[in-house]
Parts: sequence; structure tokens; C-alpha cells
Amino acid sequence: MRLRGSDLACVRGGREVFRGLAFTVEAGEALVVTGPNGAGKSSLLRMVAGLVRPQQGQLELEGGDVELTRGEHVHYLGHQDALKPSLSVRENLGFWAALLGGDGTKSDVALAAVGLGELAQLPAVYLSAGQRRRLAVARLIAVERSIWLLDEPTSTLDAAAQAMLADLMRAHLAGHGLILVASHGPIGLDGAKELRLGQQVNQRMQPP
Amino acid sequence: MTALCALLFRDLRLAVRVGGGALTGVLFFLIVVTLMPFAIGPDLALLARMGPAILWLGALLASLLALDRLLAMDHEDGSLDLILTAPVPLELAVVVKAFAHWLTTGLPLVISSPLLGLLLNLEAKASGAVALTLLAGTPALTFIGLIGAALTVALRRGGLLLAVLVLPLTVPVLIFGVAASNAAITGPVPFGAPFGILCALTLISLVIGPLAAAVALRQGLE
Repeated sequence: MRLRGSDLACVRGGREVFRGLAFTVEAGEALVVTGPNGAGKSSLLRMVAGLVRPQQGQLELEGGDVELTRGEHVHYLGHQDALKPSLSVRENLGFWAALLGGDGTKSDVALAAVGLGELAQLPAVYLSAGQRRRLAVARLIAVERSIWLLDEPTSTLDAAAQAMLADLMRAHLAGHGLILVASHGPIGLDGAKELRLGQQVNQRMQPP
Repeated sequence: MTALCALLFRDLRLAVRVGGGALTGVLFFLIVVTLMPFAIGPDLALLARMGPAILWLGALLASLLALDRLLAMDHEDGSLDLILTAPVPLELAVVVKAFAHWLTTGLPLVISSPLLGLLLNLEAKASGAVALTLLAGTPALTFIGLIGAALTVALRRGGLLLAVLVLPLTVPVLIFGVAASNAAITGPVPFGAPFGILCALTLISLVIGPLAAAVALRQGLE
């Protein structure tokens, strides 16, 4: 499987965020998207997820299931955790597993993997920010999807959880998955390719 | 199918849990209808004549009250983004969400309307007629409201704009809903004609509502 973007341009609210962007990610590879605030890291991930249409350029997924759209191949872990406070931890995860096409048998395994096994009955309203993020990460394990789009996944995680996430990412890559991760800091993946955004923006901001 | 069932049961569960607001609409309905006799006065004949219209107006306003929960909450917490990556068409997902919304806000209005008819001196037959027209008409209110909810989803506190957008579109439903109720109670028009049009309005909104809402959502999320 291969995800390729060529000559991508993104315009948000009339402002050009990036243009002429190209990248290729093969199965088993991770691409770390870096860049200053506003450089379009989140926009790029949302574009790959099919939530934002590119202004121009092509995004192609080769070797995927032809019956599914690109969006249905991806796990999108955005800034928001998509949890309902009045549902329990297990209900939240079970719902996403069922909606996103999982078989529902791996929910408990996923909860244990992110260290929330003992809190399964707790309403999500009582979770801390880091626990909420762990629960969102559990979605990645409960449903198998080949492309992971992680938008600053470590922002609220403690050191142990960051190591756990890095392990999960390595396991996903070992299983021929693809990962695009937007991050400001190191995420603990060796040999990941880096895509730097925002250089054009800086050039444009320089005085002529 | 499993995915859509999961969405339906989640929305039903959310509605009955803390902060879900399933009964708020019914309480609002009760209050609006109770206020009418205070405003109009204790003229029983007048109340009975205006009863169907009051019940319909109350139901319309009550169903409007909960509309901004229909999609905005899923947008705020990022759920809508994930629903878009689910292997179900967005059109069907919003149908399911609107159906769950109707079950928790529209259906309680239908069920409580005969009881509120008592407060307005409606006879049993008249109350039954109003309940029947509400049963046929409230889905139209929800599915028309779905379009407004989708259009205002990206706005913070878009509830007021939502009301302004949706209320004009519900005028035909109100007209034929009340007309069918009155036809059943007093005549002289046969009940079937306005009731048939009311059902047609509901069927049209069941088709157009989800399609328009899905288009609006795809545009609005960008």
C-alpha cells in the first residue's frame, strides 16, 4: 500500500496554507509532519482523511481496498477526543469500534493496552485529559485500519503513555501500516521520514 | 447495518442520560400549552376551538428547542469528523441521527398531546386527531430541522439562527397539520385531503432533509 500526494495546495478561509506539497508514504513507513503553528500540519492530515478538499493536486492511495474511500482506510486522531461524557469508557470505545467497522471483540484488549482496563465502567466525564487521549488511542487498536493520522498525539500524554504510543506505532508499522503524525517534538520513531511544512510561508513573510 | 444500529443506540442512550434533554421538550410543550389558557382566558368553547392550533404550535416550538443538539454536539467534540470516516454514507448517518432525535424529542410530544388536550377542553376524538396529525407531522419538523442544524453546525451558539432558518420552512407542515386536525373535529373538509398532504410533506422532508444536510455538513466542515 502506498499513499502519495503530489502538488497539493490548501486554502483555508481565503488564506493559502501550503502549495506544491508532495510526499510518498509506503506501507510500513511513518511520515512525521513538522512545522510552525499555522503551517498546515492539521490541514494536511484532515486532507488525507477526506475532511478537507485539496485546492489542487492529487492524493492517491495505491493498493487499498477499492470498495472503500480513502477516508474509510484511515484512523483520524485529531485534537478532540470524540468522547461523550455521559457514556462509560467501554461504551465510548464500543460505539466507535462498531461504527468504524470493528468486530467489537478487541475492545477489552484495546482498553487494557492503553491502561484503562480498570476504568471501563467509569463515565468518561471523570477522565483526565491524558486518560481521554488514551481512550482515543484505544480506538486505533480496537478497529484495524491501515493508515493512522495522528495530530499531535502526545500533547497530553505522560512519559509512560508516550512510550506506549510509540510501541503501538512501531507495532502498526511492523504490520505494514502507514502513519502520518503531526508533531512538534520527538515521537520516538526511528527512521521516520520527515515532511517540513511552512518554509514557503517563512519565505513569503520575509521583506522583499 | 451494525454501524448504523450502534449510532442509533448511542444517540438514544445519550438522550436519556444526564444532560441528554430528552424530557426537556415535553416539559416545554406542557408549559407553552398551560400558558395559553392564562393568556386567552377561561372561555372553554374558544379554547376547544383553538386547541389543535395551540397543540401544534407548542409541538413546533418544543421540537425546535432541541434541534441545536442534533448535530452541534457531535461537531464540538470531534465525533462528526470520525462519523465521516466511518464506512456508512453520511446521508444514512444523518437519517439515523435524525430518527433517534425524533424518537427522543418528537415521539414524546405525540404521546403527551392527548393529555395536554385535556387542559384545552378537547374531546377525546379531537385529541386523538391531533395526536395522529402530530405523529404524521413531527418527523417532517425534525427532518426539516436537520437541514438547519447542518447549516449552522460550525457556528458556536447557532441555536437562534437555527430557529430563524427553520421556522419559515415549517409553515406548510403547520398549516396542513392544523387543517387536518380541524377537518377531523369540525369538518367540513374531509380529513383525508389535508392529512394526505401532511404525510406527503413528511415523506418529501425524509428524502430532501438528509441529502441537503449531508451536502451542508460536507461544506461546513472544511
